[in-house]
Amino acid sequence: MSDATPTPTATPERPQLPAQSPPVDPAETAVASNKAGSGGKLSWWRGDGGDGAKRNLGLIGVLAALIVVGAVTKPDLYGDPNWVWNNVLAILQLASVVGVVTVGMTFVIIGGGIDLSVGAIVALAGVWCTTVATQSYGAGGMIFTALAVGICVGLVNGVLISYGRLVPFIATLAMLVAARGLAASISNKQTQVSSSTFINDIAARKVIGIPILVYILGAVVLAGWVVLNRTTFGRRTIAVGGNPEAARLAGINVRRHTMLLYALSGLCCGIAAIMLTSQATSAQAAMANLYELDAIAAAIIGGTLLSGGRGTIVGSLLGVIIFATITNLFAINGLSIEAQNMVKGGIIVAAVLVQQFQFKSVTRLLARNRVTTAT
Amino acid sequence: MALPEDDPATASAEAVAEAPLVEAPADTVAGEVVLRLTDVVKTFPGVRALDGVQLEVRAGEVHCLLGQNGAGKSTLIKVLAGVHQPDSGQVEWRGEPATFTNPQAAMKAGIATIYQELDLVEDLSVAENAFLGHEYRSFGFVRRGRMARHTRQILSRLGHGEIPPGRMVRSLPAAGKQIVSMARALSHEARLIIMDEPSAVLAHDEVGNLFRIIRELTAQGIAVIYISHRLEEIREIGDRVTVLKDGRTTAANLPARDTPTRDLVSRMTGRTIEYVFPDRPADDSAGADLLQVEGLTRTGEFADVSLSVRAGEIVGIAGLVGSGRSELLETIYGARLPEAGTVRMDGKALRPGVGAAVRAGMGMAPEERKSQALLLGEPIYRNVTLATFGRYARLGFTNAAKERAEADRIAETLELRPRDVDRPVRTLSGGNQQKVVVGRWLLGGTKLLLLDEPTRGVDVGARAELYQVIRALAAQGVGVLLVSSEVPEVLGLADRVLVMREGRVVREAAAGELDENTVLDLVMAGSLMEGAPA
Ligand SMILES: Nc1ncnc2c1ncn2[C@@H]1O[C@H](COP(=O)(O)OP(=O)(O)OP(=O)(O)O)[C@@H](O)[C@H]1O
Ligand SMILES: [Mg+2]
Repeated sequence: MSDATPTPTATPERPQLPAQSPPVDPAETAVASNKAGSGGKLSWWRGDGGDGAKRNLGLIGVLAALIVVGAVTKPDLYGDPNWVWNNVLAILQLASVVGVVTVGMTFVIIGGGIDLSVGAIVALAGVWCTTVATQSYGAGGMIFTALAVGICVGLVNGVLISYGRLVPFIATLAMLVAARGLAASISNKQTQVSSSTFINDIAARKVIGIPILVYILGAVVLAGWVVLNRTTFGRRTIAVGGNPEAARLAGINVRRHTMLLYALSGLCCGIAAIMLTSQATSAQAAMANLYELDAIAAAIIGGTLLSGGRGTIVGSLLGVIIFATITNLFAINGLSIEAQNMVKGGIIVAAVLVQQFQFKSVTRLLARNRVTTAT
Repeated sequence: MALPEDDPATASAEAVAEAPLVEAPADTVAGEVVLRLTDVVKTFPGVRALDGVQLEVRAGEVHCLLGQNGAGKSTLIKVLAGVHQPDSGQVEWRGEPATFTNPQAAMKAGIATIYQELDLVEDLSVAENAFLGHEYRSFGFVRRGRMARHTRQILSRLGHGEIPPGRMVRSLPAAGKQIVSMARALSHEARLIIMDEPSAVLAHDEVGNLFRIIRELTAQGIAVIYISHRLEEIREIGDRVTVLKDGRTTAANLPARDTPTRDLVSRMTGRTIEYVFPDRPADDSAGADLLQVEGLTRTGEFADVSLSVRAGEIVGIAGLVGSGRSELLETIYGARLPEAGTVRMDGKALRPGVGAAVRAGMGMAPEERKSQALLLGEPIYRNVTLATFGRYARLGFTNAAKERAEADRIAETLELRPRDVDRPVRTLSGGNQQKVVVGRWLLGGTKLLLLDEPTRGVDVGARAELYQVIRALAAQGVGVLLVSSEVPEVLGLADRVLVMREGRVVREAAAGELDENTVLDLVMAGSLMEGAPA
């Protein structure tokens, strides 16, 4: 896949994820979701998948548990509010690039597909926007190139899948290989240094004490949430992933929409490419390695159904933040990478189990209480 | 066409003729009470689905359950089948208190169930589905040959020896799947067979077949619980009736044959419903041709079909399942590509594809609600507005408040229960889900409605409301093309009727010129579905 030797970049240690994490049992969540239906009309946030809010509470629980572990293992650090604030920012910054990719991935998965090529698209967009020729157009040219490359590669995926009728897994797997190959050949397997101070400043600068990368993540997440929950595009995404035949018979252009979803994922990869290039002040064909696994795992842990039709942006964001927190926890405790990886696998499974457990038991408890109080 | 015609199971069909379809256990005593429920309660979050149900079933009887959509019939039988556990109340099975903690336990005890929603595994064969969970085995190996033989026997007793046991269930049409789930129920040694709206997807002659089998079963002392919204069926096959309303038993053990309809309906609904079709407009008020179909053909489905629908006119298509009527509707709607022929709306030929049809003002309520129409996990309102949310949107932003209001309006007219449009569709009863599917196209803005079995599983009261709504839309100039297995529905609601057989239109006449028997004769003559050895 990538034979270029990875040069040390500012790319932080990413959590290694198992490719699969058990999805949330749909039947169980369906029953539970009745509660959301009968709850008052006050819950303006409930558009996010209806029962998603409850699931997200479970994720916040996991996050809280991780923080408690941190506080117990390093009480001296956690006692210092200054350090805690900086650590929070560090975690968010760590989460920012994968977070942007995960937003696009969430759309694709809700729409019934999968995109294995995200890491490769980030690398290709990063490499393309740092070629000498592109850099001669300045920062604007670089940003434009990264976004355009992302969208175009995404569109190719989309066309292959929706009009060429390729299985998403195969089409994007092929793209994964091809895009990395193209990136390697464009860069001649060299690390391309970005000489644009504007680009490099994105990762280096803070505004009112918060890194710009975190603002970008926030903006992408907010936009993703609005698009998924408040626009016809989001509604079509859920319909196309939930029951493509029903969507088609309701007059929705399923193929065109599927194509657009991959283009959207490509756009997110383009944004991520700029962020990552800025962090490293350079780009190379091996960058963003295995981002597809991180993004998929984060989305699934965030409650997105792998079979499509349901998922939340907030859940995906929490998934990414949980992974970043785990990495951070290991870093401050100075644990070895091997130990990290093993424990991380376990923590991911535990996160999903805890989530399911609290979800089932809490809703059952509520249901029981409601019945007894009603009688 | 609908079902494969190969392999008519000659050898085994003869062997079957002797043996009874289902072996009743030896100690069956006719007339003995096999099942008694007392004060059974079952709640779902936010809903009391069963709120004190009493039921008594005797060996050898057909006990009918009546009740409106959402009354709790399916929930009740799922309690009996071990799918749900009751919150309180007693279940007495053959004189002893019983709790069925899972479906296997109920099956072991001798309760077999045909569920309202098909529960087949699409990618297994017919035989594998029929024996799912209780395969014939020896030394750990499944005895496929024996299973196939037995399946073939059961199928030919059901009048469908032409369905090959090795065929994948996915490739069968809806009616074929229903037959397979009946075969599954009959593959057990059962004392009680529960049938939840088995006739909803069956054509007229199939129902006759089903009744013959039920009579065979009860003659051996097997008890049958039968659920249907069609009162004629209950009069024909039922012995006693228990009526449910809002999860309670409102009447138990009424004689099925002589309880007046008015009584049954008022116990079900708490009011009286005149079960009549709305009046046709006095004068011929239909306008210009809205839909013109010429020479439409798809090999193996239908051939050379020409028809027209005028604005304000209701045109009904009568025909058996498998006569090509659903395929015809889907082709007109652009969901299937015609091999020959044209479809015109307002005189303009349509481009292929559903999108063009919808833009031209068509709307179709498809035949199979679960696979073709619903997003089960999504709220009701989003399902109702699935085809129209774009219309309420501004600059690409959806207008949820407007959507909820529109959905609630439909929920009110069609008596959706419970009337909470934020509830996921999955939690609705079958009939209420059907109302969502049809309701989607009643929101307005549609010029031509294509309705495929719109009242499938819908109760008496809501059905009357639905007829009113359809007629009112026609009065506003909407054209309607209606497909239904229920001949009285077609004759009562439509202005003009087309009779289809084997993919061709064999008769076209004003509804007033036809009666039920004429239509049935036309529909059945030499039908493919009939040709199975009996
Ligand atoms: N899994 C579930 N979760 C929540 N509510 C449910 C669930 N299943 C059924 N209900 C509710 O229980 C009530 C009874 O439903 P049930 O399916 O038993 O009705 P039914 O009498 O079979 O109606 P129909 O004639 O439409 O089939 C309905 O209000 C329904 O919404
Ligand atoms: Mg039911």
